[in-house]
Amino acid sequence: MIHVSQLTKAFGEVQAVAGVDFDVGKGELFGFLGPNGAGKTTTINMLTGLARPDAGSIRIAGIDCSRHPKGAQHLMGIVPDESNLYPELTGFENLSFCGSLYGMRRGERETRARELLELFGLAGAAGRKFGGYSKGMKRKLTIAAGIIHAPSILFLDEPTTGIDVASARQIRQLIADLNRGGTTIFLTTHYIEEAERLCQRIAFIVKGRIVRINRVEDLLRQVAGRHVVQFAVGQDAQRLCNVAAEAFPSLECNPLANDSLRVTSSEPLRIGPLVRLLEEKGAEVTEARVIRPSLEEVFVEVTGIEVDTMKREKEKAGKGGTA
Amino acid sequence: MKIWIAFWNILAKDMRAYYLKPPNISWGIVFPLAWTGMFFIRSGSGLDSIPALLPGVMALSVLFGTTSMLAVTVTFEKKGRSFERLLLAPIPLELLMLAKTAGAILFGVTNAFVPVAMAAVLSDLSGVRWDILLLAIVLIAISSAFLGLFIAVSVSEVFEAQTFSNFFRFPMLFLCGLFFPIAMLPVWLRPVSYVLPLTYGADLLHAAVNRAGKLSVWLDFALLALFCAALFSISLRNVRRKWIA
Repeated sequence: MIHVSQLTKAFGEVQAVAGVDFDVGKGELFGFLGPNGAGKTTTINMLTGLARPDAGSIRIAGIDCSRHPKGAQHLMGIVPDESNLYPELTGFENLSFCGSLYGMRRGERETRARELLELFGLAGAAGRKFGGYSKGMKRKLTIAAGIIHAPSILFLDEPTTGIDVASARQIRQLIADLNRGGTTIFLTTHYIEEAERLCQRIAFIVKGRIVRINRVEDLLRQVAGRHVVQFAVGQDAQRLCNVAAEAFPSLECNPLANDSLRVTSSEPLRIGPLVRLLEEKGAEVTEARVIRPSLEEVFVEVTGIEVDTMKREKEKAGKGGTA
Repeated sequence: MKIWIAFWNILAKDMRAYYLKPPNISWGIVFPLAWTGMFFIRSGSGLDSIPALLPGVMALSVLFGTTSMLAVTVTFEKKGRSFERLLLAPIPLELLMLAKTAGAILFGVTNAFVPVAMAAVLSDLSGVRWDILLLAIVLIAISSAFLGLFIAVSVSEVFEAQTFSNFFRFPMLFLCGLFFPIAMLPVWLRPVSYVLPLTYGADLLHAAVNRAGKLSVWLDFALLALFCAALFSISLRNVRRKWIA
């Protein structure tokens, strides 16, 4: 459905996207993961016609979008990272207007708008102005606007960032349902667990380059059988890591940015001796958390970036949330 | 057909959300009224001066109404990112920009007829050539709307749009022959008048109301149409360069 080859984009001296290649199959839910500034939004902008590539090619449903950026826009639904509907229009008017942009006739788009408002639990707020909606409601209406014309490809840029847990859960369910209904979905997120739960295939992008691309189960296989425990040690994580590694040579220990360290073993880990050793060496162990093998482990290994650090960066950029 | 559904709905949305709001309607009436009153009192020559003042007041009403509204609404939507929604719609950029400017053009044309309505009550307008007047107003509204679009694409903040608009509009007050002939300007300043589209629009209005145009009507129409085409194509090029970079 989407074929991208050697896609490249620079803004002045900054290489935002550097020779990216990937394919997304019809009906696939494809995840695009990376930290802030990795090139995710720039890639989406190029795919959807909002930015021009410096080099490379984009084919969507057989249409050469690098030459005809508007050629495939009728097939696409786009949900940007910030809700961008009209604050002065009501929820219903916003959906109806968005339908008209895709050439839908009044009767058709109004029926569809009512259906979507019902589906997203916004029927009660249909007559209220969008500017007065809560963050979660805005997000849901923005997604509804993205699918008003029943697109065959949906681009979702950070769909659950900055909204409450219940809304995020509902949105994830809606994404999964849309995909089950046959919609091809291109999802960018910095919530690794969200990508793990929803996506069939994932690409990790760092500094404009794809560093790994694979099916989720194949990525997880790489960390299967590992035993990981994360300790909150309060201080001096690097020194304590060296001490632990010296005392238990079979373990792999990595200090983390937030005064924590992560211990990995191929055998089941006995936590007691480790905690005793760390406390003897001056640590104040306040938490020992068993980490189940997850995509987060793969992400850290592949990108060298701590997931918590990535989330903090996102929050600092003003997009953080509770999802 | 589908793209015209989009065109009509963009225009209708803008009319409802911006142009037909009570503050803008009242502004559209109060502004020409204030201009007319000011020049009428200043001229001191009674009701006889109305036909002489009418072309200038009409041109100003269109210019100020159109450029302000378009520059502000487009900048506002660009800043709120709702403009991206339009850029992502499967309609040609040319048609999208025409839809965005159509509301401002209609607003400007309506504004122009506020002083005409007032003048019709106070003065005899039986000698007016309405065909030339109507076409002139439409072309002034189009060129002013495209000037507003050019301004909107050049700035990123709403207040910048207003400031930048004034940079163009206030010189036009004096340089375009609205209230006194270009011949009264210093010789070195006159070439500037002839690179401003409103000069040709004002000349057409003088020809329509007082049969006092300085240039051929056809030349005025041709040059005004040329300015419209140039401003629109420059704006489109700037949109592609700055907003679809």
